Amino acid sequence: MTSMIQLDNLTKAFGSLRAVDNISLNVQKGEVLGFLGPNGAGKSTTMKMITGFLSPTSGSVKIVSHDVAEQPVAIKKMIGYLPEGAPLYGEMTPKSFLKFIAEIRGLYGSEGRRLIEEAINKVDIGKVLNQTIETLSKGYKRRVGLAQAIIHDPPILILDEPTDGLDPNQKYQVRQLIRNMSADKAVIVSTHILEEVEAVCTRAIIIAHGRILVDGTPEELLLRSPLRNSLTVQLDSVDAQAALSDISRLTTVESAEMDQKDSNKAEIRVFPKKNKNITLEVSAMLSSRGYNIFNLNTERGALEEVFRLVTEQVAEVDEENE
Amino acid sequence: MKKMNKLHIVIKREFRAYFSTPIALIFICIFLALTGAFAFYIGGFFARGRADLDAFFSYHPWLYLMLVPAIAMRLWAEERKSGTIELLLTLPVSTGQAVFGKFIAAWMFCGISLFLTFPMWITVNVLGTPDNGVVFAAYLGSFIISGAFLSIGACVSAMTKNQVIAFILAAVICFLFAMSGVELVLNFFRSWAPAPVVQVISQMSFLTHFSEMMRGIMDLHHLFFFGSLIAFFLFSNIIIVELKKGS
Repeated sequence: MTSMIQLDNLTKAFGSLRAVDNISLNVQKGEVLGFLGPNGAGKSTTMKMITGFLSPTSGSVKIVSHDVAEQPVAIKKMIGYLPEGAPLYGEMTPKSFLKFIAEIRGLYGSEGRRLIEEAINKVDIGKVLNQTIETLSKGYKRRVGLAQAIIHDPPILILDEPTDGLDPNQKYQVRQLIRNMSADKAVIVSTHILEEVEAVCTRAIIIAHGRILVDGTPEELLLRSPLRNSLTVQLDSVDAQAALSDISRLTTVESAEMDQKDSNKAEIRVFPKKNKNITLEVSAMLSSRGYNIFNLNTERGALEEVFRLVTEQVAEVDEENE
Repeated sequence: MKKMNKLHIVIKREFRAYFSTPIALIFICIFLALTGAFAFYIGGFFARGRADLDAFFSYHPWLYLMLVPAIAMRLWAEERKSGTIELLLTLPVSTGQAVFGKFIAAWMFCGISLFLTFPMWITVNVLGTPDNGVVFAAYLGSFIISGAFLSIGACVSAMTKNQVIAFILAAVICFLFAMSGVELVLNFFRSWAPAPVVQVISQMSFLTHFSEMMRGIMDLHHLFFFGSLIAFFLFSNIIIVELKKGS
């Protein structure tokens, strides 16, 4: 299968700063790739190069095997792009703005009107069509920006923080929209909302300092979480010390520690040995001893934690190098 | 609906952008008021007792010096400041189409302002029998000179995100071009520059070219001068947009 988007050793330097440093990746049809990374990691710069707005210092971007540097206009037709901050012409109304976008993308007449109508319905901006864009709320502006990106039903969608500034319902709606459209498209979404990655992405990449640190499915990313499969036991603080030493003696347990303790409740965190599932064993043991258990919970691991772990490691290495 | 080309679509959007705020109307009012005021009070339109529009046209370059940079300043500075430049240049249009489209739209706006001075033409025809060929040539010359100022203003606008800086810089550069034929400026250059350079500089003067066009001398070399000047600044405009768009 040919890649819809192919980056080869893509690098962008601004002066001595390498904003994007030798990134290579492929995105196939049907994939929704999440770009994660701290602010200034190079996510937006990478997107700007994919869409042909910035030209790379070295390396290449290929869209459906055409080089962006060689056929910029042809490639721009295949891409729908929501730039960072969803910039729009504030003095226009969403209606005239979308008409402008449709026309410049070669969509006129009844077909053009139908596509505009569809985009308006998809992002639900029917109520504000005739208001000037600068008077709209942040959420509406973002959705006008999205409508602009999807109006021509492009095979490639590049969305820079599509849900920024939306309320929870609108976020849900936009994620739903991205998922529904993704079957026959290649989509790249940048975000720093990690739950979004689990909600919409089939694959996630963590970028920091312009380099790819991790590339995998959200599930694979979760596996890197140190808390993954660990067990939190909440129990009566009277039993806490005894329970802790009992748990520590289990052969499948790597370690156990007291997390919090106050006068009536205590929390113990239990880490299993590699690839062991200890939930059943621990709960059976604890109940057989008659401890007073309030709650027992197996952690899936949190992307937030993986994110912090991965990006902070890099920051430390970088500091040492300097 | 027939297919429109992309340049046409860019022009249409830009042109409408002028009229989506009251600024366009204010601008036109100021332009009309000032052209009238200059012609009647400073130019002595009536006192001259002649059926021509010299008193009216001779102040146009001075008005354009202030007003054209005001039209041009937003063209690129605003796009860069608001980030819409990223939207525009990731649509399937070339940078050249965007630059040219914006320029044409702004020039059309100048043209409309100029067209609305037609009561002057009617007045002079009612009062006497002017040489309408000369008047037409002067109108054309005035329109062309506004385009030349505009190409400078558009180019400067691409250099900065700040519209005020764009305005001032454009006004200064336009001033230099307008004044380069004046003895004061030429004397400054004569003191150190070789004679051919001084010759070239004096030839760059908008005022010299315009005063000839105003008298009805629509010589090819005037058209060639302004044509190549506009082409040069639009080409520079494209290059500056390409260089600056990411910053």
